[in-house]
Amino acid sequence: MTGAIRSIGRRKTARRGGGRRNDRQGGAVELWMRSHVALVYLFLYFPIVIVVLFSFNATDRQVTDWQGFSLKWYGRVLGDRQVQNALFNSLFVASITAIISTIVGTTAALGLQRAPRWFRGPFSALTYTSIIVPEIVIALATLVFFSTAFDFASPILGFRLKTGFATIIAAHCLFNISLVILLVQARLNGMDRTHVEASYDLYGSPWRTFWQITFPQLLPAIVAGFLLSFTFSFDDYVITTFVSGAGTTTLPLYVFGQIRKGVTPATNAVAAVMLLITLSTLIIGQFLVSRNAKRKGQSGSMTSMVVEQR
Amino acid sequence: MATIAEGAARTRSGQRSRSLRQGALTGLLLLPAGLWYVILLVVPLGIVVIFSLGKTAARGGYAPGLTLDNYAAAAAEPGPFVTSLWLAIAGTILCLLLALPLAYFVATRGGSRKALFIVLLVIPFWTSFLIRTYAWLTILGPDGLAGFIGDAIGDPAFRILGTPVAVLIGVVYGYLPLMIFPIYVTIERMDRTLVEASKDLGAGRWATFRQITLPIALPGLITGSILVFIPLMGEYVIPAILGYGRVFLIGNLLVLQFLEARDWPVGSAYAVMLIMIMLVSISFYLWFTSRGRKSRDVSVL
Repeated sequence: MTGAIRSIGRRKTARRGGGRRNDRQGGAVELWMRSHVALVYLFLYFPIVIVVLFSFNATDRQVTDWQGFSLKWYGRVLGDRQVQNALFNSLFVASITAIISTIVGTTAALGLQRAPRWFRGPFSALTYTSIIVPEIVIALATLVFFSTAFDFASPILGFRLKTGFATIIAAHCLFNISLVILLVQARLNGMDRTHVEASYDLYGSPWRTFWQITFPQLLPAIVAGFLLSFTFSFDDYVITTFVSGAGTTTLPLYVFGQIRKGVTPATNAVAAVMLLITLSTLIIGQFLVSRNAKRKGQSGSMTSMVVEQR
Repeated sequence: MATIAEGAARTRSGQRSRSLRQGALTGLLLLPAGLWYVILLVVPLGIVVIFSLGKTAARGGYAPGLTLDNYAAAAAEPGPFVTSLWLAIAGTILCLLLALPLAYFVATRGGSRKALFIVLLVIPFWTSFLIRTYAWLTILGPDGLAGFIGDAIGDPAFRILGTPVAVLIGVVYGYLPLMIFPIYVTIERMDRTLVEASKDLGAGRWATFRQITLPIALPGLITGSILVFIPLMGEYVIPAILGYGRVFLIGNLLVLQFLEARDWPVGSAYAVMLIMIMLVSISFYLWFTSRGRKSRDVSVL
């Protein structure tokens, strides 16, 4: 008994002594952690800033040779027929992909909730497979599939099927449908069921219950899914390069071709335009989702949805 | 009597038709996504496996056959596999080292600015991957860091672009957010009282981190590692841009085999081997997470 008390007392003094040392150590650790965090954020933003900065360079020769601020490269690039076409193609592919992925993914997430257990497992396995398999494997498998299917179907149809917008969009949708399924599913699982039950108790039809109760609650996830799909499709290089055809060059394909020739202020300007477009979808989404959350008195943001999904 | 039986039968058939209708609706909701999975995932991967066992046609493409020659050819040139593997491992470890203190800081010290910290992490993740890779061309180029280091060491021919170092920087930069998010989520959801309890019991800062925080964050660390490692094994854009194609990974090889050489059977064999590596990592992941759950159950008992 006394021994125990004595040992407690000893530990107490030891702790008090160690506490001071801990504080000093703690200060050093805090300092190290803060500088680490600052450096990582610098690391994340420095390259982006560099691209945008040098896209405003008035120089005609060296990219890094600062000759003053100018918008002339933007003017030149946006007046370029090739860039215009590539930009249009990219916006077209990304919009259609996002629309199809959102509708197909949302309905699948809703269906999955009603599906029997034996069906859900394999279906979810496919969802995860389509997301985790390296993009290049999906790309080459899709190319091989389309080429085989077209070889088979063309003699029957009497004309030659070719890769193009349809094949690009179909291939982009695979990944993005799965993405929407996961986002909507997470929302469905976290949903408050009492409203749905209340609606049924008040003799609301399933159709009305869905549109008045379930759908508004799912909307943030659907919006996030739509904008993420748009961004991923807009930005995709690997799959597009495998399944694109003549005249369907998207902006990433164009930029990749330009990069091969070296860094120029013009390429920097195209790059900055791409950054602007992808970033504005994020800003739109963040605005829509947080406004929706505020109106309902909930807290929520699209970024948190993205982070927690991963 | 008869009317009751009739009525019961009618309700039963009504129920049956309703459940049939419900089933049909479920099927209808799942049909489009199911079609996408079958036609653009299962069948294409199946074709790749079949191709990998076939022969190369005279003009490129596929000729039917049943042989393991393609795998032998792929195994005879393990170079790209080895490069990809060590680059993926090094990239994953570097991402871990950068991500863990950051995620820990944001989750525990973020305070009221936590949302801002997160938004600042999502922005680079969301903006164009291609452009973020491209950005390093200027920074690492002869007018940037390479020139600076070259001047410092007196070697004007010093280059970073085209070397594995450039590719490594690029992959760490590209994949870092994917590592941070899951680690952040696990630490953020952690029961903070455990840390206080540990400190009350006299454990130091390091002991608390090692014995409490790290084990709890482990699933996040593993998830992040998988999310970084698997896509890294098949990475193409970064080595093509920052490695000038000189740092030759499986991704570069697959593009070469499929789009330029049109040697589809050998390319398919490489692809199947890449899928195998992926399956092994996923199985390890599943085994690890299920093991974790089991041991937690035991500890609760």
